[in-house]
Amino acid sequence: MPGTAEIVARCAELFEDLNFASARAWKAARPGRKVVGYMPFYVPRELIHAAGALPLGVLGGGDRLEVIHGDAYYQSYICRIPRSTVELGVTKRLDFVDMMLFPSICDVIRNLSGMWKIMFPGVVSRYVDVPQNFRDDIGGAFYANELSELRKDLAELTGSAVTNAAINASIAAYNENRRLVREVYAFRAAEPWKVPSSEVYLLMRAGMVLPVEEHSRLLAEYLAAARAEQRPRRDNTRVVVTGAFCEQPPLNLIKSMELAGCYIVDDDFMLVNRWEVSDVRADGDPIRSLAAAYLHDSCSTSAKYEPDLARKGMYLVESVRRNRAEGVIFMAPSFCDPALLERPMLQNVLNRHNVPFIAFKYAENSGQMQPIREQAGTFADSIKLWSEA
Amino acid sequence: MTTSVNPVKKAPSLREAIKEPSMVKQKDMIAGNYDRLATARERGRKVASTFVPGNLNELIMCFDLVNNLPEINAIQNGLRKKSGQLIMEAEKRGQSEDVCTYVKADLGMLAKGNVGPDGRPIPAPDVLLLSYTGCFTFMKWFELLREQYKCETVMLHVPYEGEGKITANMRDYVVAQLKNDVIPALERVSGVKFDIDRLREYLRESAKAEDDLVWVLESAKRKPSPIDAYFGGVYYIGPIFTAFRGTPDATEYYRLLRREVQGRIDRGEGPVTPEGDMSKEKYRLVIEGPPNYTSFRDFWKMFYDEGAVVVASTYTKVGGTYDLGFRHDPARPLESLAEYCLGCYTNRNLPGRIDMIEKYVDEYEADGLLINSIKSCNSFSAGQLLVLREIERRTGKPAAFIETDLVDPRYFSPANVKNRLESYLQMIEQKRRGAAGAPAGPSAAQPAH
Repeated sequence: MPGTAEIVARCAELFEDLNFASARAWKAARPGRKVVGYMPFYVPRELIHAAGALPLGVLGGGDRLEVIHGDAYYQSYICRIPRSTVELGVTKRLDFVDMMLFPSICDVIRNLSGMWKIMFPGVVSRYVDVPQNFRDDIGGAFYANELSELRKDLAELTGSAVTNAAINASIAAYNENRRLVREVYAFRAAEPWKVPSSEVYLLMRAGMVLPVEEHSRLLAEYLAAARAEQRPRRDNTRVVVTGAFCEQPPLNLIKSMELAGCYIVDDDFMLVNRWEVSDVRADGDPIRSLAAAYLHDSCSTSAKYEPDLARKGMYLVESVRRNRAEGVIFMAPSFCDPALLERPMLQNVLNRHNVPFIAFKYAENSGQMQPIREQAGTFADSIKLWSEA
Repeated sequence: MTTSVNPVKKAPSLREAIKEPSMVKQKDMIAGNYDRLATARERGRKVASTFVPGNLNELIMCFDLVNNLPEINAIQNGLRKKSGQLIMEAEKRGQSEDVCTYVKADLGMLAKGNVGPDGRPIPAPDVLLLSYTGCFTFMKWFELLREQYKCETVMLHVPYEGEGKITANMRDYVVAQLKNDVIPALERVSGVKFDIDRLREYLRESAKAEDDLVWVLESAKRKPSPIDAYFGGVYYIGPIFTAFRGTPDATEYYRLLRREVQGRIDRGEGPVTPEGDMSKEKYRLVIEGPPNYTSFRDFWKMFYDEGAVVVASTYTKVGGTYDLGFRHDPARPLESLAEYCLGCYTNRNLPGRIDMIEKYVDEYEADGLLINSIKSCNSFSAGQLLVLREIERRTGKPAAFIETDLVDPRYFSPANVKNRLESYLQMIEQKRRGAAGAPAGPSAAQPAH
């Protein structure tokens, strides 16, 4: 059985590879295979999988990509992820991707969907709209029709029908994957010293590029290995990190927070991996099942409307309680409208529930970690020194 | 600039702007709405707050609600140079410096007692009608306001035209929300029963005004253009984009405006500016993006001083794309409202927006495209550099880029804007000289940035 170091090394290799060699190899292994790229925060990956295609998470270029062309398409006041994504496209790092999906997260990603149509006319580009009305007969009906349209597009792409049976099988595969993802998160919350967040991050990032079955095996192996290993327990402060659901923080930032004395016990880095909170029904009309899961059994985040004022931001308080966190770190990319507009509302909710927090901004290519380490360290120390507990 | 500047006729000081009768009427209409807002409580009237794109004014009127538009308050505060301090107040209270300044101007106004641009208090809304059309920030904006007002909030989710068309699924979804969520909520808040015939009547009135608005906007195809379709256009869209669409007042305003523009055509006049008539048109421009409001007249002056007329703009389509043929239709009231919301400019995908601009450059025989990129508004701004390249490639006309903000005075740098505009106009001159000396045929686009 591989140890955590071996598993994490493989994940790191996948993470660092901006040419997506593993996805290219998957595609090349059988003629006719298709790859469907998607951006944060959510797409119905089950449909892509059921169509026989590989869902590929495209989360920008991180701090390892020199952005030259991408900057020529964006003003200085726009976040980094569209620039580096354009850079990946222009430099042909995504030339094996047959279809790109742009979810409804913000105006920048929304407009990027149209840019992609113009810049890469050979790629099928599609905007994925999701309902902000949560009634089955209104938002549910709308979303079911949108899913059916996507299903048709995927069938056209792959040249074969996407059957109900295939979608149900894919739902089952993703249910299994989400169960394992939840298990990793629960394990980290219970014994964070055994599951460093930098490792969890890499493990989850692997899920962006690997076939779901392979990722599930990797998760299971990691869980077994991590449980078997002993690691030193530190007197760190338990924190929930929020606001990083689209443009990703540099890995060094996550490591810096850990080094500064924080155990991250929950985060929103890759919501797509655990968007549905519990199992999606895998034996009925799969389009209805996916729509119902989106409406009634999915995570909360800024891009999703909260109709009930009393519930606004409570997901964060509940995460703090469930994961026994001692504070929250708001970590938003610069110029990220969803995260930065949401932040004051969430902070008000935390104030009402006496949860301490700090906030800072980053960019995917941030290089200077010292100020963040100092801020996170001071926050962690202040909680240890001054909290009522 | 090396080229001579055509003097404008009449030259009052900048402070005494020339106003045509339609402008005076509009000013009275706006003042009237602020008066209705300020006195709503004493008159027992309920107040709805909503947004300009996807605004359902005809529906709001069916419930006798007074319509408050926070974007318009921010603009009015910008024009009166009050928005800067309001934005800083909101930032002091935790809003990020990175986000939309409309939102911050509104939250700052609320924090400082909700005194409206006319100096009178704006009452707390009884309902926030969150028409989520063409801009993600709208949703957050009204969530932030809901937190303060704790009033009923109704979401109308308008899907984005990602594939460049309105599908039956999108329309049915919006209609279902109108029927099942929006109308019952407005009935509940107002205590007024919905009457679809009343709605039809308002929509009939809207369509009349829309015909006249389109006639006015399209008058800019003439040479010289009798209107400025951006700076002047901001006035022309005022009634139809806000609390007046569907009212006889709006119909009368557009009839009056059309008569005035016809008069200008008959007399061979160019647009009216704050300093009087612009006597000679030297440059015909299409502009993409909203204007800056904190230095609106200075900004406009930079153009008319150079003889530059804006013959078409995308900003004047943000509250409805009537020039593409849409009309509110009393025969299909709810479907028509849905299609209106779906078709607003920023709800169209980027290829569709580029097609519109290309059409404007061609049909209005413009010399080129100028993009005013707004720091606050990602809905407009994200992708504009590609818009610029595409328009240059497709039309062979030069395009250029300036950067300002809607209502944040910190992001309006007059020297930079003027410098860029002058360089751009020089480029047009150069292009013309090149075309005059070159054999017939399409010329190569020149990058302007």
